[in-house]
Amino acid sequence: MSSAIEALKALAEGFGTTFKHLGRKPITEQYPEYKRPLPERTRARIVLTCDPGGDERCVACFLCSAACPVSCISMEAAERKKDGRRYAGWFRINFGRCIFCGLCEEACPTSAIQLTPDFEICKRDVLSMVYEKEDLQVNHGGKDREYNFYRYAGVVTLVRGKGEHVKETEPVNIRSNMP
Amino acid sequence: MTLYAIIFYLLAALIIISTGIAITRRNMVHVVIYLVFSFFGTAMLFYLLGAPLLALLQIIIYAGAVMVLFLFIIMMLRVEAPEISMFPFSQWVPAAALCAASVVLGLLLLIPESQLGKPLETAIATPSDFGFYLFKRHWLTIELVSILLLVALVGAFHLGKSKLSAKSEDPS
Amino acid sequence: MASWIIGFVLLLLKMAVVLGVLLLLAAYLVWAERKLLARFQVRYGPNRAGKFGLLQPIADGIKMITKEDLMPDGADRFIFLLAPAVVAFTALLMFAVVPFGEEITLFGQNVPMVISDLNVGLLFIIALSSLGVYGVALGGWASNSKYSLLGGIRGAAQMISYELSLGLSLIPIVMIAGSLSLVDIVKAQQNVWFIFVQPVSFVIFLISAMAESKRIPFDIPEAENELGAGYHMEYSGMRFGLFFIGEYVHMQVLGALTAVFFLGGWQGPFLPAPVWLLIKIVMVALVMIWIRGTLPRLRYDQLMAIGWKVLVPAALINIVITGAVILII
Repeated sequence: MSSAIEALKALAEGFGTTFKHLGRKPITEQYPEYKRPLPERTRARIVLTCDPGGDERCVACFLCSAACPVSCISMEAAERKKDGRRYAGWFRINFGRCIFCGLCEEACPTSAIQLTPDFEICKRDVLSMVYEKEDLQVNHGGKDREYNFYRYAGVVTLVRGKGEHVKETEPVNIRSNMP
Repeated sequence: MTLYAIIFYLLAALIIISTGIAITRRNMVHVVIYLVFSFFGTAMLFYLLGAPLLALLQIIIYAGAVMVLFLFIIMMLRVEAPEISMFPFSQWVPAAALCAASVVLGLLLLIPESQLGKPLETAIATPSDFGFYLFKRHWLTIELVSILLLVALVGAFHLGKSKLSAKSEDPS
Repeated sequence: MASWIIGFVLLLLKMAVVLGVLLLLAAYLVWAERKLLARFQVRYGPNRAGKFGLLQPIADGIKMITKEDLMPDGADRFIFLLAPAVVAFTALLMFAVVPFGEEITLFGQNVPMVISDLNVGLLFIIALSSLGVYGVALGGWASNSKYSLLGGIRGAAQMISYELSLGLSLIPIVMIAGSLSLVDIVKAQQNVWFIFVQPVSFVIFLISAMAESKRIPFDIPEAENELGAGYHMEYSGMRFGLFFIGEYVHMQVLGALTAVFFLGGWQGPFLPAPVWLLIKIVMVALVMIWIRGTLPRLRYDQLMAIGWKVLVPAALINIVITGAVILII
C-alpha cells in the first residue's frame, strides 16, 4: 500500500514538473534574429591574413595543403621579382570539402591561414563554395595582429639584409662544417 | 427486385468471390485478408437482415480477433506456401462428393421455399432482448460453452508452462 | 420523397462538417502537440510558418503531398497500399456514432445530431478499433523490413491485449446506462457524469485507450530508439501522412469517447452542445499530450504485464462490483 502511495506521489511529482515547465521561458536561441557571439577561436570560414605592414603573409610553402586531411587547399607558388619573396600565385580552398579541422592553421609557419568564427557560408551551388585568393584575403592580421614572419625569418628586404632583422642570428655559412 | 435485394446479391457475390480467392491464394497473408473481406461481407449481410448486434459481433470476434491472431501467427512463424501444387486425386473425390451433397441438400431446401413464395420475415431484436433471450433461455448452454473455454484456457496455459519450466531446467 | 432527399442531403452535410472539423482539428492537434511538447522541454516549438507557427500544418501537408511516394523492394504491393488506408479509415469511421448534440428540427424534420444512431454504437466502436489492428500489422508485414515487421507484431500484440481491457472497462457504463447506443449513454449522464460513478473504469479506459492509439508511454510499436519508426518506417509521402492523420484522428476519437462515456458528452451549460463536445475532446487530447511529455516509454514485458495482470482483472472486479451494486439498489 505504501509503495502504491509512493508511486502516485512520484507520478504527481513528474506531472507537476512538466506542468511547471509550461510557464518557463524557453531557453532556445532564435538563430537568425539572435546570433550568439562565438568564441574567437571557433573554427569556421578560412581567411588569409596579412602582416601589420599590409603585405600578405602567405609564402606558398604548401604546408597547409599537405596537412589538409581532405585535400581542399591548393595553390601555386610564385616569386616576387623585386625582392625574391615567395607568395601564392593563386590560392584556392574548396569549402565544399573543407571539414574545418584547423590543421592548416596549425601547420602554417607564417600565421597566414586562419579560421574565423563566421560559419554562415551555405550556398545553393556547390561550385560557388570554391573560394579563390581574392575571396580569402582579409586586410588584418587575424588572431595574431603583430606577428610578421619576415621580421624573424629573414629575407633580403629593402630595409635590411639577411641576419639583420629582429632577434635574428647571422646566417649559417653553408660552405663550412663549423657550427 | 428491390434495393435490398440488389444489395443482398452484391454482398453474396462479395462473400463467395472473396472466399473463393481466399482458398486459392498461395500467400498466407493474402488468404487472411480475403477471409476478412468475406467476414466483412457476412457481417453486412447480418446487418441487412436486421441483426446489427450479430453483425458487429461477427466483426469483433471473427474479423477483429480470430483473424488477427491468425495473422499474428503467420507473421511470427513466416509460414511458407507448400510447393506441391495439387492435392492427390484420392483426396479430391471425397471433398467433391461432400460438396455436391451439400449443394443438392441446399437446393432441396430452397426449391419448396421459393415455390411457396413467402419471404423470410426479418427478426429485428434490440441488444437487450437478444441478451435476455440468450442468457435466460439458454443459460445452461452458455455455462457449458464458458466451461469449455475455461478448459481450453487452462490447457493452453499448461502447455505453455510446461515448456517454459523444461527450458529453465535445462540451460543448454 | 422530398423529405427523403432532404434527409439525405442533411446526412451528407453532417458527414462533411464532421469530416472537415476532424481533419482540421487533427492538423492543429499536431501543431498543439509540437508546441506543448516544446514548452514542456523549455523550447519554442514551431514558430516560423506564420504567427506562432500556425501555418505549420499546412506547410507539413504540402511537404507530404509533394514528397516522393516510395515503395520498398520486395514489398507486398496490394497490402502496402491498403494498410495506411485501413488505419485512417477506421479512425475516421468511429466518429459516425459519436453524438454531438441534442436532436434539432430543421426544414420541418427532426435531425439527430449524430451521423448514425446505431443501437449498438459501442460495439461498432470496439469493432472498428479491432479492425485498426490490421493497418498496423499488415503495414509492418508488407514493408519487407525487419524493423517494420517487429513493429507490426508488437502493435498487433499490444492492440489485441488492450482491446480486451478497453471493452471490459466499458461494460459497467453499459450496465448503468442500460444501452449500447452512445446517444442513450450521453442522455443517462444528465444528472451526474459517469467519471464520478465509475472512476476505476475511467482510469482503465484512459490507459487502454492510450495503449490502443499507440501513444507514448505505450508507443513500443514505433519505438524510435529500437525500431527506427516501427511499422510505418518504410512509408513516405502521403501514405505516411495517412498513418499520421489516423493517429491524430484516433486521438480525437478517444477524446470524444472519453467525453461521451465519462464526461457527459455534449452536455454543458451556456455554450451550444457541439462546442462543449469539442472543448472536452481538446481537453482530453491536451491531457494526453501532457502525459506524453511526462512519462517514459514502457518496456514490452511491462506493457503486457500491466494489460493482462492489472487492467483486465481490475476491470473484471469492477464489473462484478458494479453488478452487485446495481442488484442491491
